[in-house]
Amino acid sequence: MTEIGLGHYLTLASIIFAIGVVGIFLNRKNIIIILMSIELILLAVNINLVSFSIYLQDLVGQVFTMFVLTVAAAEAAVGLAIIVIYYKNKGSIHVEQISSLKG
Amino acid sequence: MLTHSLFFYFFSAITVFSAIMVTISRNTVNSVFFLILVFVSVSILFIMIGAEFLGMIMLIVYVGAVAVLFLFVVMMLNVTEQITKRSSRRGLINNISVGSIVGAIIFLELLVVIGGWKYKANFTPLSSANFDISNTRALGNILYTDYIHLFQISGMILLVAMIGAITLTFRKRENVKRQSYFKQIIREKQSAVSLVDVERGKGVKLDD
Repeated sequence: MTEIGLGHYLTLASIIFAIGVVGIFLNRKNIIIILMSIELILLAVNINLVSFSIYLQDLVGQVFTMFVLTVAAAEAAVGLAIIVIYYKNKGSIHVEQISSLKG
Repeated sequence: MLTHSLFFYFFSAITVFSAIMVTISRNTVNSVFFLILVFVSVSILFIMIGAEFLGMIMLIVYVGAVAVLFLFVVMMLNVTEQITKRSSRRGLINNISVGSIVGAIIFLELLVVIGGWKYKANFTPLSSANFDISNTRALGNILYTDYIHLFQISGMILLVAMIGAITLTFRKRENVKRQSYFKQIIREKQSAVSLVDVERGKGVKLDD
């Protein structure tokens, strides 16, 4: 119980991952919270990579975490830009009303 | 060791609580604040297990840039007012049940993977990390030598994302006079200046 090992960190990461997935599913209010849930999922992946990197004494995991972080920042910027321009055009970012691609 | 475990449980409890609050909070601004809390506590966990550089980078990038960007967009779009205006409970129960089932299945699968993991004996566990060279220095040593191409490609990704975000949100304003460099450069003497012989007492028409 008092010995914190790899399993504890992996469990924490899987809890955060599951919370992010549930957040994508049950959120019908606005699309920004869905983007935040994606950030949570990427954070869980980062926790996995860093804890394995420390556990195996191999720095490659941390290097890869930096690349994941870069891509997450780029994704947030582009996603938020898309949301802003969508709001400018349609006047709403309510998830249930975004159905233009349904045909 | 006891301190380490106490800190781990404390910060991971904060992390899990705030992650839940991010998804269920009614106010979007509040969920951005809880997202910041998640990032801060996870970066503290990173610093605690010995990845100091990543913890600090996490604070700078996520809390300083991404979360502020989220907050900026939330406040700019005035989302809170919108939700109270056209909130609908229709389909919410269905979504909650499907989402909980999928989330629970994913979580159980991950737990099975973690629980069934056979730890090799020659792995060095978390507690005995060596500190003869700092984490930042070690990361820089391999990031700028072995992974320089990936590093530069990630820089290109950031550049493309920046250009994309600017192009998406750029809006051409009407009724604003702007300098047109191209018109200025292609303007020549023949099209701009003309010499006219003026007859005495007749004057000059400007349109010719």
